[in-house]
Amino acid sequence: MVGSLDSHPPQASILPLRLTGACARVRGKPLVGPVDLTIGAEGLTIVMGPNGSGKTTLLRMMHGLQRVAEGEVCWNIPKRQALGRQAYVFQTPIMMRRRVMDSIAFPLILRGMGKMRARARASEWAQKIGLGDALSRPAPFLSGGEKQKLSLARALIFKPDILFLDEPCANLDGRATREIEAILLEAKAGGTRLVMATHDMGQARRLASDVVFMYGGKVHEKGPAEGFFKGPETREAAMFIKGEIVE
Amino acid sequence: MKILNRLIMMAFLSIGGMAQAQEMRLAVTTSFHNSGLSDVLLPQIKADLGIEVQLLVVGTGQALKLGEAGDVDAILVHSRAAEEAFVAAGFGAHRREIMFNDFVLIGPDADPAEIRVAASASRALQMIADTENLFVSRGDESGTHKMERGLWQAAGVDTVAADTWYREAGSGMGATLNTASGMNAYVLADRASWLNFGNKGDLALLFAGDPVLFNQYAFLPINPALHPHVKVDLVAALEDWLTSDAAAELINGYKINGETLFTFNATPQ
Amino acid sequence: MNELAQGLLDAWKLIFTLDRDLLEIVGLSLRVTLTAVAIASLIGLPLGAWLVVNRFRYRRATIAVLNALMGLPPVVVGLVVYLLLSRSGPFGVFGLLFTPAAMIIAQVIIITPMIASISHQVIRDLWADYHDLLLSLNASRWQRIKALLWDGRRALLTAMLAGFGRGIGEVGAIMIVGGNIDHNTRVLTTAISLETGKGNFAFAIGLGLVLIALAVSVNLIIHSLSKTERASNW
Repeated sequence: MVGSLDSHPPQASILPLRLTGACARVRGKPLVGPVDLTIGAEGLTIVMGPNGSGKTTLLRMMHGLQRVAEGEVCWNIPKRQALGRQAYVFQTPIMMRRRVMDSIAFPLILRGMGKMRARARASEWAQKIGLGDALSRPAPFLSGGEKQKLSLARALIFKPDILFLDEPCANLDGRATREIEAILLEAKAGGTRLVMATHDMGQARRLASDVVFMYGGKVHEKGPAEGFFKGPETREAAMFIKGEIVE
Repeated sequence: MKILNRLIMMAFLSIGGMAQAQEMRLAVTTSFHNSGLSDVLLPQIKADLGIEVQLLVVGTGQALKLGEAGDVDAILVHSRAAEEAFVAAGFGAHRREIMFNDFVLIGPDADPAEIRVAASASRALQMIADTENLFVSRGDESGTHKMERGLWQAAGVDTVAADTWYREAGSGMGATLNTASGMNAYVLADRASWLNFGNKGDLALLFAGDPVLFNQYAFLPINPALHPHVKVDLVAALEDWLTSDAAAELINGYKINGETLFTFNATPQ
Repeated sequence: MNELAQGLLDAWKLIFTLDRDLLEIVGLSLRVTLTAVAIASLIGLPLGAWLVVNRFRYRRATIAVLNALMGLPPVVVGLVVYLLLSRSGPFGVFGLLFTPAAMIIAQVIIITPMIASISHQVIRDLWADYHDLLLSLNASRWQRIKALLWDGRRALLTAMLAGFGRGIGEVGAIMIVGGNIDHNTRVLTTAISLETGKGNFAFAIGLGLVLIALAVSVNLIIHSLSKTERASNW
């Protein structure tokens, strides 16, 4: 396990991820689905759609936090092995009651790395992400932007094969948003597959290599980013891109 | 978590530090312990025999139970009938009389029932019953309680029906005296407990001296045939010492406020 | 009220002359209760966390029973432990009755449900916070429990201190299983009970004040050792 943190030994890729007729339900009520979707080996997928269209549920279902009531969510490798190679950044950052350094180091500790080494690695990441001065501060006392950066460092530190992000910049100002985008692009360049839900049309245009448009709990439209923004196939997507209210 | 480590270490230490040689357990009655005599006898026993006698201070009823279960090595109590039954049932090896003290009737200094002038103990109780003055009973099946019930019987008073003035405390001698002091009531106590009692309030010693109030203490080793783990040698050594001249001197010489409490009456075997 | 004043005076005298008997009694009180709290914490804290992290059929019932057991009457616990440890009881061969070990056993039984129940409540709140993160990071069940216990340690300390408070002030059970033997199983509470029985109210109050002072200082010491109430340290 520890070895995989230092260098990626030749092991089977966990991608592509395939959803086949996948449905999520809450107390028997259909929430999302059925969804047929393939997340390929490379790129940055932006999940868009109005509030309540099921973006978060879709991400959680892919990550395994939401039970799949019907259909299948399949990785290229057995699910049990795939679990430890994914990361997730929540819309509201979950801050452990620890210092910044120990919060970032936590995933490494879980994977069996020694405390000293994990902390050293965490400090490197903190520097890189702009939290170098906050190493010893309690994580819950960080500002909103700092919390989201911490979440990102904590997610990227164990070099996941895929990273899900649920509107990570929803509550941030432009500067913090750009900083986070830079980190995401670097991770993408390093070979991490990204799937991100966002409301921010500008951000979607800047980052997306392909788009999944959710509407009413279903995947309404999907395809390469360029095509989607230029000529959406559905009326709802077109309205959404123009910033009109989609009912 | 350093604290936790330290706590765990303490746990082991406390389990390790328990075994010591030359200890034996003796169940005694509250009245004996409250007299303060044990504070005189135990150090001398330790000096003479090298035995540390661990006292379990309980009522006679519980002392007998502890003996039955084999949780003590010997008992020192004062309730003849119960003791003889204890030996007859095979729980006690034998019964050896050591000393006696006496019971006294305590009550409000004003003495509304006028028992100071009573001719006998049972007459005194009758007078309390006739005037329906408050009386607090131990009510705990102890030797003192049994003695008190015998006295009521001899006086021909039915205390069960007397719930207006007869109160059962259901506790030890000290607690019962505290209750009596609080209610300004009559109470039967052993002389030693009374003299050592620190919360006398308005209470005073009103009646004593009737031979029926004498209270015999006896030493009963637990039957080793029933409980092989009892420390037979230590018990025998203690019994020899308790019946020796050295003990006689200490027991007869023990005084509170100049009053002798116990009379040594053990007979050499 | 004279007795209270006299008690205060007696307490000062006892403390400032470092009365040997008093030190012995205080030492045993601490040894018994701290050991019991340590053992009860080793059982109760993980149990509380385990009950939060695991869903199983009788979970609710188990929690209800645990909460009910918090109110166990010490006298009953003492009696049961007495009957178990008695020479005539099932564990009589160990000869544990009327020893500090017996007192520790009784107190562990009294304290454990309390620590488990309080820690369950504390950890339940933390788990609501951490649930998604720990699942997302693929933490094993034991890793989840460890993280919750560690990050909840401040609040869990309160659970342990509550257990300590209940133990150090408890008299019913240790009186029965310890026997209040001088220099052997006599602790503060049983000594107070004994002195009250003798009508020595002033001395009993003096011991009571020592007991209260002890409980307060243990709380303070533990709080300062663990540096609680200081936001900068996590």
